Amino acid sequence: MNAFKRDKKEEEEGGGNPFQNIEKTTVLQEARTFNDTPLNPRKCAHILTKILYLLNQGEQLGTMEATEAFFAMTKLFQSRDVVLRRMVYLGIKELSSIAEDVIIVTSSLTKDMTGKEDLYRAAAIRALCSITDVSMLQAIERYMKQAIVDRNPAVSSAALVSSLHLTKIAGDMVKRWVNEAQEAVNSDSVMVQYHALGVLYHIRKSDRLAVTKLVAKLTRNSLKSPYAVCMLIRIACKLLEEEDSNGNSSPDSPLFEFIESCLRHKSEMVIYEAAHAIVNLRRTTSRELAPAVSVLQLFCSSPKPTLRFAAVRTLNKVAMSHPAAVTACNLDLENLITDSNRSIATLAITTLLKTGAESSVDRLMKQIASFVSEISDEFKIVVVQAIRALCLKFPRKHSVLMNFLSAMLRDEGGLEYKASIADTIITIIEENPEAKETGLAHLCEFIEDCEHTSLAVRILHLLGREGPRTRQPFRYIRFIYNRVILENAPVRAAAVAAMAQFGATCPDLLPNVQVLLARCQMDTDDEVRDRATYYHSILEKQNKALSNHYIVEGLQVSVPSLERALHQYTLNPTETAFDIKSVPLAAVTPADENANKMAANAGGMLITPALPGSKAAVAAATANTVTREETYLEKLRAVPELANLSISLFHSSDPVELTESETEYVVRCVKHCFPEHLVLQFDCTNTLNDQLLENVHVQLEAPDGYHIVRSVPCARLPFNETGSTYIVLQYPDELPASVGTFSATLKFLVKDCDPATGQPDSDEGYDDEYMLEDVEVTLADQVQKVSKTNFGSAWEEAASTHSELEDTYSLSTMGTLEEAVRNIINFLGLQPAERSDKVPEGKSSHTLYLAGVFRGGHEVLVRAKLALAEGVTMQLTVRSTDPDVAELVTSTIG
Amino acid sequence: MGGLLSYFRNLLGTREVRILILGLDGAGKTTILYRLQVGEVVTTIPTIGFNVEQVTYKNLKFQVWDLGGQTSIRPYWRCYYSNTDAIIYVVDSADRDRIGISKDELLYMLREDELQGAILVVLANKQDIEGALSVAEVHQALGLDALKNRTFQIFKTSATKGEGLDSAMDWLSNALQNRK
Repeated sequence: MNAFKRDKKEEEEGGGNPFQNIEKTTVLQEARTFNDTPLNPRKCAHILTKILYLLNQGEQLGTMEATEAFFAMTKLFQSRDVVLRRMVYLGIKELSSIAEDVIIVTSSLTKDMTGKEDLYRAAAIRALCSITDVSMLQAIERYMKQAIVDRNPAVSSAALVSSLHLTKIAGDMVKRWVNEAQEAVNSDSVMVQYHALGVLYHIRKSDRLAVTKLVAKLTRNSLKSPYAVCMLIRIACKLLEEEDSNGNSSPDSPLFEFIESCLRHKSEMVIYEAAHAIVNLRRTTSRELAPAVSVLQLFCSSPKPTLRFAAVRTLNKVAMSHPAAVTACNLDLENLITDSNRSIATLAITTLLKTGAESSVDRLMKQIASFVSEISDEFKIVVVQAIRALCLKFPRKHSVLMNFLSAMLRDEGGLEYKASIADTIITIIEENPEAKETGLAHLCEFIEDCEHTSLAVRILHLLGREGPRTRQPFRYIRFIYNRVILENAPVRAAAVAAMAQFGATCPDLLPNVQVLLARCQMDTDDEVRDRATYYHSILEKQNKALSNHYIVEGLQVSVPSLERALHQYTLNPTETAFDIKSVPLAAVTPADENANKMAANAGGMLITPALPGSKAAVAAATANTVTREETYLEKLRAVPELANLSISLFHSSDPVELTESETEYVVRCVKHCFPEHLVLQFDCTNTLNDQLLENVHVQLEAPDGYHIVRSVPCARLPFNETGSTYIVLQYPDELPASVGTFSATLKFLVKDCDPATGQPDSDEGYDDEYMLEDVEVTLADQVQKVSKTNFGSAWEEAASTHSELEDTYSLSTMGTLEEAVRNIINFLGLQPAERSDKVPEGKSSHTLYLAGVFRGGHEVLVRAKLALAEGVTMQLTVRSTDPDVAELVTSTIG
Repeated sequence: MGGLLSYFRNLLGTREVRILILGLDGAGKTTILYRLQVGEVVTTIPTIGFNVEQVTYKNLKFQVWDLGGQTSIRPYWRCYYSNTDAIIYVVDSADRDRIGISKDELLYMLREDELQGAILVVLANKQDIEGALSVAEVHQALGLDALKNRTFQIFKTSATKGEGLDSAMDWLSNALQNRK
């Protein structure tokens, strides 16, 4: 018995993968036997298998190697062995993209696809389409058309699917096969019908009207294939979404009726697809949701695990948007908690967490803790997200949840999983001041044993920001300094930066921090030493303003721009010193950037899927704005007429539409603010296929004070292309005059041309013009957002150095404080500081802090005290280094 | 008994005879191939690449490769030269303009090492067309007089009418058997 057991074990070890030890060169050597006569089909098939295995393992073949193997493989067409031939088809498909001259098998494949052997035909079609390029496609078009309507469903399906692939290289040709595809939609075979619908949709998808007709027709005479019905549901959904976004949704659209009727289809797949569609449609109201949810509820008790999984997963998603609708399923979900499939159980619990009452949290958490170690990371993240939502919903439960999170943090898990936990804890800390200290303590403990550098850096940064403002800041110093002793260089550097924050903010800790920083100056790593020296010498000065500026607030400029500016500076040696004010400011929270400087990847680490309003979404949004100025500047510098403008693009606005989106010419305007100049970039798109536009420019009526320096026309604008024309303006000397409205007209020379070729009919053209909407230049276009970590101290400091203006306004049109806050931020274009943009619920007054820099480098700080009473009353205090700027800010509001 | 023995010898000892059909595009190679295989005229399209078929002629098994004759495909002929026993070179006798090119391709091919032992059959095809070159004219135009050390023969054929192919195949079978 024992021996038997051992044998079995050995067998298991010895078995495994027969292809484990094969090597590319040997296999390619073996492939030469393809040239032998007579052939040994079995041997050849085996060698082909090896080649396919290697390719699928990611082995790369060179063009020469692949071509040689390919040509050797073509010799195998002499064999009539069915298995070998089919292996050859596979080989052709795999090698077609690497080898050269693959068209050599065209005739052979064409013969197989039209031949009598049914076993060959479908596979030959697929192989043929993979080797065919546009020029050869013409030759096989006739056969493809025949194959699409072939009686054999496998052949027809293969032809349809291949057509779909071919649309990528020859969309126009495939469009000509529409009649055949139409015929195939009527096929009895479920797969053919499904594939045919796919092709038809693909051919017509750019033509909205045609798609609508197609859907209308197919919804009337019911399709046989459940797959096709699923697809139809998806197409219908897309149409509905488009209707909604165009703003012409009708409450009882026939499309929606169709989807709803599919809830009563006999196929489970279709029922699920319909329910899933309804749940995900943005327009769905809770009344319309009810039948879909009740279908999902039925699925929850299905004996098939896939259905249960699908249902509970969808319910989990609905629970975020419509928790009330899911409450009806709570009983069924409770039953699924003990499901033997862990994935189902996890989703059931997390759904319940979202819909359940506060009282059930403890029970559910206990349940989930019992098997959390058995589920995969992916589902653990689902759990973490549920906990995050729960914390925001029931702030009082934070201790239970936080303990749970910290336990999870200690478990094994990948970076993504750990990051999502850390993210959640950070969110909790930010949202709930009571949880701050426990949260920080958990994180401290976590970094004691954290293998992910990026995560450790982020947490250290957070400790540096939040730690000094807790009741007992000294508690964190030990955790931070431990990192200096134990970790790798990036973490050490982050730890040094974090310690400096404590030194700058907590005067009683300063002597100790200085001692530690002095020790760090002995570090082996350059960056760590540099940072330690930098912070140590600043802290030594004991100058509050200095440490505020250079430690607490950190670097305000965007690093890529700084790099570019410095590079420019070194290229043109001058006597003047480098002026950091000429560098565009970064729109991200600068403190974040500071700590992440070494672990640049940390920024991209917030992988947690963006819940609405979550930190990740915000971070992603700000990350975009950093690069925006950079990308625009890159583009502007490419225009020769603009190249001599100041290198520092201060701020670029979002594109503003100056036309309706459906008009003949679509124009969008981007306002680029330079210290002295305003550059208006007009992106024009020509949507008329029978016109070629030349010398496209914008005529601008500038308000007084503005001076048009230059206009750069776009020389040529063919159909469906977007070109840019620019206008450079000099700002008026008087600041208040810089805010104003420009009326704009698009002027151009039209040449009529042939829609097919785009060639103009004659050289003669005629002038034409097109009225655009007015361009407005506002205050927001001229300021750059700056985030202040410590607004209070900056505000105090500004009292003595800045000029101050104060005014009171009544904002009668605003109904709520949130609305007022949102509008003020949009209007001024400044960055809210210290999360003052979030108005606590149920308050009737709120103070908003805003910070930014006006073009030319004038700092602007704004405090807006808002009170709710018959509209919103606002007391606005502006402190700025330039009195004119302060005046401008106060005067533009109102 | 003897019959049985020779049957086994055939099965194990002799391998299929490997034949290439070459020539310029439109010479009639594919038509000849299928005429030999199924005995009738099939409609063909220009061969992009090759066709390979097993042809049985008087109990002899041939593996016949018909390679496309378009200019772009001719360079690939050489990929299929190895182990070739015989070449059937098809000439369009009515295409007076390109007979020169046909000659060049033939000579170029015959220089290949791998084809030194191969028997050559030249088919002056399309004899049914009026104004076509005669066998002697084709013989001369291709410069076959200068051919040394090569078993070869030229035949006049019409693939569509099925004329001349039998005698060519008879000669080829004999030549192949004599060689062994």
